[in-house]
Amino acid sequence: MPVIWLIVIVLALAAAGFILGRTRAMQSAGGDSRHLHSLPTYYGSNVALKAVVPAMLLMVVWLVAQPFYVNGVVSGMIPDSAIADGSSRGLVLAEVRRAADGLDNAVAQGAISEEFARNARADFTDVTTRLKEAGQIVTTQITQPVLRAAQEYRVINATGNMIMSGVVILVALLGVFWGLRETNKDFRARNVVEKSVMALLIAAASIAVLTTVGIVLSLIFNTIEFFRLYPASEFFGSLTWAPSFGGGSELGVLPLLWGTFYISLVALIVAVPIGLFAAVYLSEYASKPVRSFAKPMLEVLAGIPTIVYGLFALLTIGPMLLSVFGPDGTGWMGGQRAVITAGLAMGIMLIPFVSSLSDDIINAVPQAMRDGSYGLGATKSETIKQVILPAALPGIVGAVLLATSRAIGETMIVVLGAGAAARLSLNPFEAMTTVTAKIVSQLTGDSDFASPEALVAFALGMTLFIMTLGLNVFALYIVRKYREQYD
Amino acid sequence: MTDASMDTPRPRRAKTSLVSEDARTKKRNAAEKRFQAYGIAAIATGLFFLAVLAFSIVRSGLPAFTTTVVDVNFTLTQEQFDEAEGQLFKTKAYSGYFITALQKKLEAENVQVAFDEAAIERIMGKIGGTLREYYTANPDQLGQEVAFKLNASSRVDGYFKGRVQRETLQDSRFLTLADLDLVDALAEAGIVHSAFDWGFITGADSGVDNPGGAGIGASVVGSFFMMLVVLFLSLPIGVAASIYLEEFAPQNRWTDMIEVNISNLAAVPSIVFGILGLAVFIQFMHLPQSAPLVGGLVLTLMTLPTIIISTRASLKAVPPSIRDAALGVGASKMQSVFHHVLPLAMPGILTGTIIGLAQALGETAPLLLIGMVGFVARGYPDGFISGFTDPNSAMPAQIYTWAARADQAFYEKAWGGIIILLIFLLTMNIIAIILRRRFERRW
Repeated sequence: MPVIWLIVIVLALAAAGFILGRTRAMQSAGGDSRHLHSLPTYYGSNVALKAVVPAMLLMVVWLVAQPFYVNGVVSGMIPDSAIADGSSRGLVLAEVRRAADGLDNAVAQGAISEEFARNARADFTDVTTRLKEAGQIVTTQITQPVLRAAQEYRVINATGNMIMSGVVILVALLGVFWGLRETNKDFRARNVVEKSVMALLIAAASIAVLTTVGIVLSLIFNTIEFFRLYPASEFFGSLTWAPSFGGGSELGVLPLLWGTFYISLVALIVAVPIGLFAAVYLSEYASKPVRSFAKPMLEVLAGIPTIVYGLFALLTIGPMLLSVFGPDGTGWMGGQRAVITAGLAMGIMLIPFVSSLSDDIINAVPQAMRDGSYGLGATKSETIKQVILPAALPGIVGAVLLATSRAIGETMIVVLGAGAAARLSLNPFEAMTTVTAKIVSQLTGDSDFASPEALVAFALGMTLFIMTLGLNVFALYIVRKYREQYD
Repeated sequence: MTDASMDTPRPRRAKTSLVSEDARTKKRNAAEKRFQAYGIAAIATGLFFLAVLAFSIVRSGLPAFTTTVVDVNFTLTQEQFDEAEGQLFKTKAYSGYFITALQKKLEAENVQVAFDEAAIERIMGKIGGTLREYYTANPDQLGQEVAFKLNASSRVDGYFKGRVQRETLQDSRFLTLADLDLVDALAEAGIVHSAFDWGFITGADSGVDNPGGAGIGASVVGSFFMMLVVLFLSLPIGVAASIYLEEFAPQNRWTDMIEVNISNLAAVPSIVFGILGLAVFIQFMHLPQSAPLVGGLVLTLMTLPTIIISTRASLKAVPPSIRDAALGVGASKMQSVFHHVLPLAMPGILTGTIIGLAQALGETAPLLLIGMVGFVARGYPDGFISGFTDPNSAMPAQIYTWAARADQAFYEKAWGGIIILLIFLLTMNIIAIILRRRFERRW
């Protein structure tokens, strides 16, 4: 039974339980809701909650746990001799899953009958030819043990799903009975319901923590796996990045880090002056109509998806720069993908980020400080330069750090605009690549998931995560410390 | 002593007047003007970039919505059909009939131009195969005049849009200069012309070698299913989390940790969420690869901090007097929140949710890692449930795939896709603004 139907059944049971609980409570009070401890809906909700929550929890746990159990059993069926050289148990298991899917599809098409797909004594060649006839992909890797394992896999999964459906529905029914049993006019239904709602609220709030834990765990396990295959000293110390899928790759992170920092630097050189001056002008000089026009217009830049900036870098900025600095112009630039191309696009993206953060911070400087400065005869610009900006400096530094972290983590602009070659060079007209761009290219290729060439992406992700996390924490610390001064 | 000090001669000062500016004042005023000019220049630069961006999107994207079509009225008789089916090279026979018909038509229009089967094939693809397919599927159309609207090849399309130029064209097996003469003659006769390309809006990705047939429809559907997942998970979870943190949470270590986590998650690069999705949902939980369901789950985790932050702000904006009044007439704390505070905060929550969804809709990088790249969007899902589990792409990932392809004709499609994506984003943001304007309450 598909999971979606199971969910529908449990919800239907809950709805029935709600109505039953409500009626039962009203009956126990003789039809007069004033004799009840709580409002009638609470009795209904109590029953419905008891039906849904345990059943759904059980279902989720079961769905997560079942694949592990099945994999364990099926893996035990495959003898070591069936694993070819250069292959691994994981790959064979993937093949088993694919074969099982193929059998499923063939049964769904009616090309083979269910009994035939399950029949363990069926002739091997017979099954594969029938699968081929049904349009399912049959590779040379499907061998006798793989096919037997696939059949077993289907059988265990089917039984597992059947047992799960039965148990989940049973638990939901038990919940309904439990809820109905305790329903009478003196039962404190509201308190019970409110307590369970509170538990749900806490669970929802904890998802944020779970997400962080998930991120850290998924990075750590794969990073450790990577360092087992590839020495950490090479990863942090080598000056070349040259992955080759045949093995013998050099995976030094330094050229990537350099590309990341260089592109971010170009972006900040564009974004910080423009953003800062725009913020100063908007908060100190601009008339109301100018402000109410220019501020949202600049913020439109922040709402544009990064893929648009990526395309803009590749197809507009790149050719434009190439016509000036390219072979026809000064001859500095070889192709449209370069550090400066990606840096400019990223800078444009960061302008509103810097300007709106600094705008908030400048506005938070107390008016009394401005008035004092004017009273001493300072002009507006002198007030800004000598009073407001120094007072706002920690906040502005925080804003710039947040912008840096955004620039380091930006992916689509560099994937499209910066190029694919990892280089250690000072020339901004050369193509370089970044940590994020390499994560994408290493994980979207065809490489085997257990190879160091794919696993390196997790180590890169870990590097990226630690860098941005450090920057964010530091920036938030500075901003918060500064705010305390005037509150 | 005081007398003596008073007698010391003062340093001579230049005569100043309030009416005339001295050099120092001039310098200070000039600095003031300069500073102001920097500010104006900064804002002008920002707006200039926005204008250039908008201009290049519209200029490069609009051609994606038109395509070059060949209009031919063609009649195939039953005898011709039987004869063609009896031959060894069936499609060749069909294209022979077509060329004769086209020649007749051009003679009637008094256009003198010579062409052969290869030229026709270069201009409008394998015409014989198309005709044969049509007539074997619709035998009842035999003997009647059928108006065929055939898409011209992407290079002819490029010639019409200025992408392919006469001066730079080199004869190849795809297009020759002589073909362009034929195209010009056909265009003059009104047979070849531009038309609105519905295929772009409703179609699916077509593969590397057919930019003309690529459409964004399938990935719009993929994005839609993903947004459904995001909406139905992130709204309830986000609201529940904010209610707890804003209304109930005691000051303790656990809630502190949650708060710190939320503000940090809001700044984690999106690609890290992609890694999370790959490792947890695909590697660990064995959910189907490239499925909008997985994409939706990843984007949900990404949008949650945004939604929680904006929901908390709108809960905070509801004045405490509302809560006090509810508690005063005997409501429990939970009732005061769910019956009074939450409904009053709803417009703000919905606005924040729509803005969070708009952000999620434009996100690309995590989708690439979980396999939702453009070329898997080969068709529409069969039904509602398979819409969540069948491999599909999403709009921004589709745009990326097109932008990364070598054929220049795909760039135009990418820009066109961006126009569609931006239309969706604009609509969502306008709805959010209207909601805010209409229901916002100042207490």
